[in-house]
Amino acid sequence: MSKKTTDRTGAAGAKGVSRRGLLKGAAALGGLAVGGQAVTGFPTIWAQNPITLRQFGTGVSNLNAIAEKCKADLGITLQMTALDSDAVSQRVVTQANSFDIADIEYWICKKVFAAGTLQPMDVNKIKYYDQIVPIFTTGKLTPESKIAQGTAPNTVGFVEGPDSKKFAPAPTQWMTLIPTIYNADTLGIRPDLVGRPIKNWKDILDPAFKGKTSIINIPSIGIMDAAMICESAGIIKYGDKGNMTKAEIDTTIDFLIKTKKAGQFRAFWKTFDESVNLMASGEVVIQSMWSPAVAAVRSKGVACVYQPLEEGYRAWGGGLGIAKHLKGAQLDAAYEYINWYLSGWVGAYLNRQGYYSAVLSTAEKNMTPDEWAFWMLGQPAKADILSPEGKVMYTAGAVRDGGSFEQRMGAVACWNSVMDEDRYMVRRWNEFIAA
Amino acid sequence: MTLSRIAPYLQATPLTLILAAFLVLPIATIVMVSFWDYDSIQIFPAFVFTNYEETITSPVTWSTYLNTLKYTVIVWAVTLVVGFWVAYYLAFHIRSATMQMVLFLICTIPFLTSNIIRMISWIPFLGRNGLLNQSLMSMGVIDQPLEFLLFSDFAVVLAMVHLYTLFMVTPIFNTLMRIDRALIEAARDAGASAFQILTNVIIPLAKPGIAIGSIFVVTLVMGDFITVRFMSGGQSASVGLMMANQIALLQYPAAAANAVILLVLVLLLVAAILRIVNIRKEL
Repeated sequence: MSKKTTDRTGAAGAKGVSRRGLLKGAAALGGLAVGGQAVTGFPTIWAQNPITLRQFGTGVSNLNAIAEKCKADLGITLQMTALDSDAVSQRVVTQANSFDIADIEYWICKKVFAAGTLQPMDVNKIKYYDQIVPIFTTGKLTPESKIAQGTAPNTVGFVEGPDSKKFAPAPTQWMTLIPTIYNADTLGIRPDLVGRPIKNWKDILDPAFKGKTSIINIPSIGIMDAAMICESAGIIKYGDKGNMTKAEIDTTIDFLIKTKKAGQFRAFWKTFDESVNLMASGEVVIQSMWSPAVAAVRSKGVACVYQPLEEGYRAWGGGLGIAKHLKGAQLDAAYEYINWYLSGWVGAYLNRQGYYSAVLSTAEKNMTPDEWAFWMLGQPAKADILSPEGKVMYTAGAVRDGGSFEQRMGAVACWNSVMDEDRYMVRRWNEFIAA
Repeated sequence: MTLSRIAPYLQATPLTLILAAFLVLPIATIVMVSFWDYDSIQIFPAFVFTNYEETITSPVTWSTYLNTLKYTVIVWAVTLVVGFWVAYYLAFHIRSATMQMVLFLICTIPFLTSNIIRMISWIPFLGRNGLLNQSLMSMGVIDQPLEFLLFSDFAVVLAMVHLYTLFMVTPIFNTLMRIDRALIEAARDAGASAFQILTNVIIPLAKPGIAIGSIFVVTLVMGDFITVRFMSGGQSASVGLMMANQIALLQYPAAAANAVILLVLVLLLVAAILRIVNIRKEL
């Protein structure tokens, strides 16, 4: 630890050196190294001028494999810290100097960007900007699609200028987050225990599942699942699920409290592993879930399906933001890291976990045609589908729950969001948990 | 002459400095922040009472505090009975001092593991398809799994009793060991029954130990949040959990106000205990 810290200070101390100068020096050094038989395995400039970037974010994308590959490809050391979404927002706002790269979700971005601890990125420096899935730029997957409710990534993806904190309604040169990872969420079920087809969000309210259901206890996400359930059950029709009025919040929470008192829920989960354990142990048979949690349950040999539902999906997306304090060589390294992130290897890695990556064209090149057809096109697997770690996730012939990328991301009903009445919603949500 | 006058102050200085830096200062900060204002991302220095107003006027606060007090009373009562029982057995029924120490150390063995692990290990045991339900069902005692075992108040109290009983055993055992055995013989010679000896001699003399154990248990339960969260499956609230939620949502001033209220409440409880029992008398 202390060694890494010194490395970082060393790098910061060298920030006066220009990027071009470094490149020249590196090329010269590289030539020398090759000539002198001293090949180090770190081909880039960062091997000579070690750079450490401290990244933190939610567990989903803070993967050691990415840090290792990044070190091998770029020579940049990534120090990853995984936290839950609440802790992430807290760190961004209150400990601005404790990180270099923030891996946060778009709804968190809406909340924290105004604190001024992140700097917008110049899209001209993002090599694959033009190939980023349009959900994150114009908001429309295809020119015909409708923008879903909630904090859609395009609404908080850009600011008006390099020092602006105001979100721009249309794409500008200044991007707040570079999208990295996103997915469409739905309910997970135990097909062996539910004993009937599950088609709608309201099926979680079925009296047959009394005491065997669960929803996520992160207010800003849980309220969206609750809204999907309430709307499906015909309790209420929302103007915008992602930005409810006080009355809509009241109706939703009152309904949740009534349902809780009737004993419909077994538990509320807050972390990934809690949701896996609830499902794998059979404590619950239908619940809010994240897709890798479904994969984790399945890898224990327990049947689990990520059930597509008629009302559509609740989507979420995350991206990398750069800390305000980054300058010089470190800032260059951060851009380089982000360009590398979008260049395909990471994208393929994420796609193989069941998430989606922001630049599909580069990811495709890093996947086999069979993998691409299975994960992205929703076609039956021709051979066994392996996880990035090489474990069999699906056997030949299996089809991905929910089908192709267009079918899944095209059926998004709402995005995870933060509402104008956030404080009121959170208070009422706490009431629900305490009830 | 002067040195002997300064010496006591010098002796007290290190502790005073440590307490000032790590106890008084943080608490003062919490009290200060509890009067600050906040929005969804920032807190700003101010002097407002809204945090206290919102906390005290909200029915959620009241039900949460009542719930926490409920846990405290139940856990305190159970740990007291169990703790006294164990300590009494160790002190009066085990004759050899070596054996007493061996058995006492055995009591502490579970505490060699972290309390989170001891708590979480209850979950697979009590679950719907857990060990207990499976054994009961295979023995034919029940034909439906017992649902109340996990993610319920029962589970919370069970885990807390398991975690905190030793805090009751230790001080009570300590006071029981100090009781002069001649007093018990004298009571017996004077014709007291075993029960009379217990109620008239042993319990009164064990009061300081009971009081210290009670202070431990009450403060631990009042401040707990992780046990409540895991064992109730997020279905019940405690004051600690409420604060953890507020901190998670960056509502530091509200959490600070809550912390101050909790601190006052716990201090009142401790004061009440000390009022009933003079713990210094016997130590």
